Amino acid sequence: MSIITVERKVLEKNDEIARRNRDLFSSKGIFVINLVSSPGSGKTSILERTLEYFNQRLQVAVIEGDVQTDFDAQRIARYNTPVVQIVTNGGCHLEAKLIEDALGNLDLSGVKLLIIENVGNLVCPSNYDLGEALKVVVASTTEGDDKPLKYPAMFQHASALIINKIDLLPYLNCDLNALKKNALSINPALKVFETSCTTKLGIPEWCSWLESNVRS
Amino acid sequence: MHELSFAESIADIIRQSVPEDELEDVRIVRLKIGTLSGVVADSLDFCFTAISAQTPLAQARLEIEQIPFTVLCNSCRKTFVNDIGYVVCPDCGGVETTVVSGRELQVTEIELDTEEEKTS
Repeated sequence: MSIITVERKVLEKNDEIARRNRDLFSSKGIFVINLVSSPGSGKTSILERTLEYFNQRLQVAVIEGDVQTDFDAQRIARYNTPVVQIVTNGGCHLEAKLIEDALGNLDLSGVKLLIIENVGNLVCPSNYDLGEALKVVVASTTEGDDKPLKYPAMFQHASALIINKIDLLPYLNCDLNALKKNALSINPALKVFETSCTTKLGIPEWCSWLESNVRS
Repeated sequence: MHELSFAESIADIIRQSVPEDELEDVRIVRLKIGTLSGVVADSLDFCFTAISAQTPLAQARLEIEQIPFTVLCNSCRKTFVNDIGYVVCPDCGGVETTVVSGRELQVTEIELDTEEEKTS
């Protein structure tokens, strides 16, 4: 028997490309967020409300990740925003290499903020660094209040939590305080926003926070 | 099913660490996997067996050491372990804590069977 000591991270290749992406973003002065959640929590709707709010005052570009279709990119393109759709063809998450490749198809001139909408999935995307400055996790009230405890890694890696579909609370068995308490027990540093993409409640607060991060 | 891409990354690391003509001697690949790394050990094992079948790595198997999620409270200096991912100190309620372990996802050792070479 002979033993070779290795001590190598399984995801070292992804991490290396993520570092390259991060260096590129930093050299161009672009702030990048990685938007993650389960499917149907309202990531794309939040993006739409965010683009409406900034209304070209802040130049934003978007990378959309989905298993199939370019529906989301079509929605974003209506806001005169540079957008690239990544179709993973079954892949359950975005990887740094996919972002690096997508950047070749995205006009980043003048862009201050790049939002990457990850594939809807609360498990796999938490493992993959894309080169973003921070992760933002969306949890909608329709998903219930226990998701932070069921999918802790995702909430631990995030800097902010958007609790979306807040307008539906009266119709649901979702305890908002329990949801927040659960999320903060996993990650006390989480900045929490409560939003509704229908009434636009909380969108200005979220956008102001985002903008202050972009400008800092 | 991100375990499949992890299994492929592990196979890449083995191929980069072991000379090509010794790949079929690889028997055990030791890994450290944290309970909060988001990896299901059984799935990873299944995926690795699937991708290494009918390759020089066919006789290699994974030996996974699960690393518990351990947090150190910066206030009362106690450490605590849980599977959920709680980072708030259960003793003093402190939120200033440091995650000590539980997010690992790495290959640590590769064991080869070199018996045949010795006897020949």
